[in-house]
Amino acid sequence: MLWEVEIRPLGRDAERERVCDEFDLLTHGTRGGDLVSASSRGYLLEGNLAAPDVARFCNELLVDPLVESVKISPLGTVLDHPAFTVLLKPGVMDPVTESVLKAANDLNVPVSQVRTFRRYFSHENLPSQDCDTLVRKVLANDAIEQVVIGPLKSDHLALGQPYTFKLITVPLRSLDDAGLMKVSKDGQLALTIEEMRTIRQHFQEQDRDPTDCELESIAQTWSEHCSHKTLKGQIAYSETIDGRTRTTHYKNMLKETIFAATQTIRQRLGADDWCVSVFSDNAGVVKFDEQFHVCFKVETHNRPSAIEPYGGANTGLGGVIRDVLGTALGGKPICNTDVFCFAPPDFPPEELPPGVLHPRRVMHGVVAGVRDYGNRMGIPTVNGSVYFEERYLANPLVFCGTVGLIPVDKADKEVRAGDLIVAVGGRTGRDGIHGATFSSEGLTEQSEKISGGAVQIGNAIAEKKVLDVILQARDWGLYTAITDCGAGGFSSAVGEMGADLGARVELENCPLKYEGLSYTEIWISESQERMVLSVAPEKWEQLRKLCEAENVEAAVLGTFEATGRLKLTYHGQQVADVSMQFLHDGRPEIVRSAEWTKPTVAATSPPKPLAPTDALKAILGSFSVCSKEWVIRQYDHEVQGGSVIKPLVGVVEDGPSDAAVVAPVLGSTTGIAVGNGLNPRYADLDPWAAAAAAIDEAVRNVVAVGGDPTRTAILDNFCWGNITDPQMLGALVRTSEACRDVALAYGTPFISGKDSLNNEYRSANRKISIPHTLLISSLAHVTDVTRCVTMDLKEAGNDLYLVGVTKDELGGSHYHVVNGATGGRPPCPDLTQAPKLFAAVHRAITSGLVRACHDLSEGGLAVAVAEMAFAGGIGADVTGLAAISTEGELSDGVKLFSESTTRFVLEAKPGSAADLKAVFDGLPFAKIGTTVADQRLRIASSAGEWLVWAKLSELKDAWQKPLRW
Amino acid sequence: MAIPKVLILRGPGTNCDHEVAYAFERAGAEVEKLHINQLRQAPQKLQNYQILLLPGGFSYGDDVAAGKVLAVQLEHFLADAIREFRDADKLVLGICNGFQTILKAGLLVPPDEDGPLATLARNTSGRYEDRWVNLDVTPGKSVFLKGLSTLEVPVAHGEGNFICRKEWILQGLAQAGQAVLRYAGLNGESPVYPQNPNGSQGNIAGISDATGRVLGLMPHPERNVLPTHHPRWTRQGLRKEGDGLALFRNAVEYFTT
Repeated sequence: MLWEVEIRPLGRDAERERVCDEFDLLTHGTRGGDLVSASSRGYLLEGNLAAPDVARFCNELLVDPLVESVKISPLGTVLDHPAFTVLLKPGVMDPVTESVLKAANDLNVPVSQVRTFRRYFSHENLPSQDCDTLVRKVLANDAIEQVVIGPLKSDHLALGQPYTFKLITVPLRSLDDAGLMKVSKDGQLALTIEEMRTIRQHFQEQDRDPTDCELESIAQTWSEHCSHKTLKGQIAYSETIDGRTRTTHYKNMLKETIFAATQTIRQRLGADDWCVSVFSDNAGVVKFDEQFHVCFKVETHNRPSAIEPYGGANTGLGGVIRDVLGTALGGKPICNTDVFCFAPPDFPPEELPPGVLHPRRVMHGVVAGVRDYGNRMGIPTVNGSVYFEERYLANPLVFCGTVGLIPVDKADKEVRAGDLIVAVGGRTGRDGIHGATFSSEGLTEQSEKISGGAVQIGNAIAEKKVLDVILQARDWGLYTAITDCGAGGFSSAVGEMGADLGARVELENCPLKYEGLSYTEIWISESQERMVLSVAPEKWEQLRKLCEAENVEAAVLGTFEATGRLKLTYHGQQVADVSMQFLHDGRPEIVRSAEWTKPTVAATSPPKPLAPTDALKAILGSFSVCSKEWVIRQYDHEVQGGSVIKPLVGVVEDGPSDAAVVAPVLGSTTGIAVGNGLNPRYADLDPWAAAAAAIDEAVRNVVAVGGDPTRTAILDNFCWGNITDPQMLGALVRTSEACRDVALAYGTPFISGKDSLNNEYRSANRKISIPHTLLISSLAHVTDVTRCVTMDLKEAGNDLYLVGVTKDELGGSHYHVVNGATGGRPPCPDLTQAPKLFAAVHRAITSGLVRACHDLSEGGLAVAVAEMAFAGGIGADVTGLAAISTEGELSDGVKLFSESTTRFVLEAKPGSAADLKAVFDGLPFAKIGTTVADQRLRIASSAGEWLVWAKLSELKDAWQKPLRW
Repeated sequence: MAIPKVLILRGPGTNCDHEVAYAFERAGAEVEKLHINQLRQAPQKLQNYQILLLPGGFSYGDDVAAGKVLAVQLEHFLADAIREFRDADKLVLGICNGFQTILKAGLLVPPDEDGPLATLARNTSGRYEDRWVNLDVTPGKSVFLKGLSTLEVPVAHGEGNFICRKEWILQGLAQAGQAVLRYAGLNGESPVYPQNPNGSQGNIAGISDATGRVLGLMPHPERNVLPTHHPRWTRQGLRKEGDGLALFRNAVEYFTT
């Protein structure tokens, strides 16, 4: 029998308020409240259930009578009012159902299937246009949800149909180029003609055609996502600056730029090399202390987040956490960092291109997705940033990063011949399989698709359970190697682990979510929360018991064996047999061409620049600079007890910290600092400068809190537009060259990286490419966390100093943004001086000479001092603009708002002046003012007149207002 | 007397076990962790310990309602063991998700014939929030809070809004000395959001059972144990230890002095 349990809130109906507001926002109207009169949520229960069983189940589990009321009815009962019921599409992960089934079992209630729903009531039947907006844009997301209008109809909830084996071969040998490309396109294999020809030749030599499963395995392994064939491929690069052209032919662009810099730095360090494993494992690994190493990985999950922001962000974070868990013999995640790029949340809804979600909705969903996964995993989210730019409208960027702790004696892994291939964690379904469909009698009485495609919802608790057993198994030495199941599923995970040996897999051994998956679907499914281990046969029983004790599923899929081949069978039938060498090294080399020509852009003065105080407030109130407290507080940033410097600091804990500091081994004062740099606006003017500035910012962030600049590792994440355009690829090459040069100069090795290419939206009449976006994430060693400092001014009567040289670098600045100006010279660091400045600031901080330190970024000096003042609740008089180190003669406006790199403001006690001077001897360093008890900021011009005079409360309000949601 | 042994009960989604174990060890206790499945198989194991701790986290994802699925298991499979444990003059502590669990399992305020007397509902802000709060402490009989008058600790939750079925229940808790922890306002004024971060009736942050030996609280005392935990330590200087440690030390000293 099928029952419907509908639960309504007593008192305030927050969900109704949310959807009404959303409707009003999208329609610029006020009618949302008239359309939706109430909301409810509920469960569909199937089982041998009588009405009293359901009533008892509600009473004992489902309903909190103090805050909710319940209505129980057989499914399909006529509803009192017009209603819209929103359900997840069949096959989409719904973690709640698992918990409800578990509790039903505990309570001895015979429930066999569960689905959850949300429901919205309206007073009367709605006009079709309202109905359409409401349903499509507000109540549900078509990518994962379905909406049923009126009563539900169904006679069962179970999914799946039995699968009948049928071996599929693809007659490749006889095809011409057109035929080959049709196979690639129809199968969504994303293989090029050169690649298809290579595959054809390989199988011609074998004298047989490939199976679908073999072709899929090759496509997965050769995909951009898994092999990074563009960045690691051959590139003919030509660069023209002021009429002079230079050409370079890269055989492996990444290897010759970013990896090469790391190799050189490691050689330079010699015996003091503190890198452990770079660019080889799922995350980069560096030394931490005697007992532990730390590893760090940052991933993107852009396209899924554009379609379903909650699920996209949620599975993005889940994926990078598994990367850390799959590094060495398993890292314990100790903190997360999340960086997002969105279009402004006030973007006019009527100007949205078709199929694009409103940025405010994207932002809400992404933040909620990260929140729900990170918080449930018990990993503090300690750092991040949110950047707003209109070109991210159709392609929002979601970067998720995780730092992990690895015991020194668990740093090496090696798959051995004879080891079992063990899958641990979630079951396998059709998730993430391109185009896979199957019909099922669903709730709308029409044939439906099991939602595959790009979009999934994560199940954080499933992953937490996996984490708990893996860390125990690691410490007990139950496996020899581990990796995560990400893109390409088992195909990639087993293919990678067995690359040097060979592997045999019996696909029918894989636990499935529902019946009906073909052998190929099992092999390439991207279902979440799965890990693959190699386990010595004698350890299997112990591992199996450990998993069973904590309700984690584990299954032996096959064996690693020294055959050099990947052999797959399904119930004894061979479905694939390919050489590992062809799989991993058979991809044909392609030479891509890349060009970059320095654009000729002149600085344009704004017709009427804002007065300094107004410009300062405008920048503070711009979306990229303004307070992100609404986001930060939704993340647990303190769980695990290692928090030392929190993301929000100051007298009332609401100032913007430069970087987070975590001391992960409780009771020890050794820590890490985590920061990031991202400057896409500079990249429009010069990608080299932008990359250099991003690295500088990421290093500045961690140095500002006390991180050691000589023990700072960095990560790259490239998000680019369409790289088949040589100009786009040229900008990418120039960025990589900057990464090489700056990393070498700063002594900051890249230890890991990732790219996401072709972030471009195309419709009949519109093309939007994202700006060239390089995220640099930084991870610094902190020798003694009790020496750390924060950016908030501490007390009146102290001195303020500016460290670094200010230049006429307003190109891409926020001063230009608020004044509507374009062009100009973007900030670019001095590679010789910058490392000396970082070293000096670090020495000053660790010597205890600094009370507060803030790095200068968007908005330059004016914004930095303002933030320090309102965060500390201490005023400042800046009277020393004439004294600061500059390059050439600068106007006061440039001095206040230039975004020149490698600059810091320091607060120090008057008694520290002599010592500080000694630390900064020979470096650009100037006293610029003093701190005062009065709650205001004043900045004097070089001529001695007050340019800025504002109450701290006004400045803080300007900064907090935009995202005070 | 011997060093007390703490049992940290963990399950799917438990996640503050690491730091709370550290806090108890620092306070002088011995700590062991046990999965709920193992305790269900052998409930008598509970009697090997002096303190039962339900830590924070998201047990079973907080699906249905925070702490509810774990609470069902305490009620249905461990009720006898827990009764015996409590009758033996031992201590139970539930922090955050642990508070939600023991409240919903009836260990703090037993239900009457009309059902539960109190619950922890969604925050009135509508969202999960991590922030530091000031608490006024009225220890009454509470073993854990002996000698304390204030506490500065963080909260991190989405469902901490303490609601009683009727006004008289709230008054009754206060009169019985069970309303031991309340969110404090600025300068002695009555707290508003965000000082009361979740909208709790009576500004309740934590309650004791009638004996003083069971305590449930939403804030996280284990997150203010080390000198570097405090959000303003770079302003105020490092103290010897965080406020929260006293709570764990009180629990240990109950058995050692």
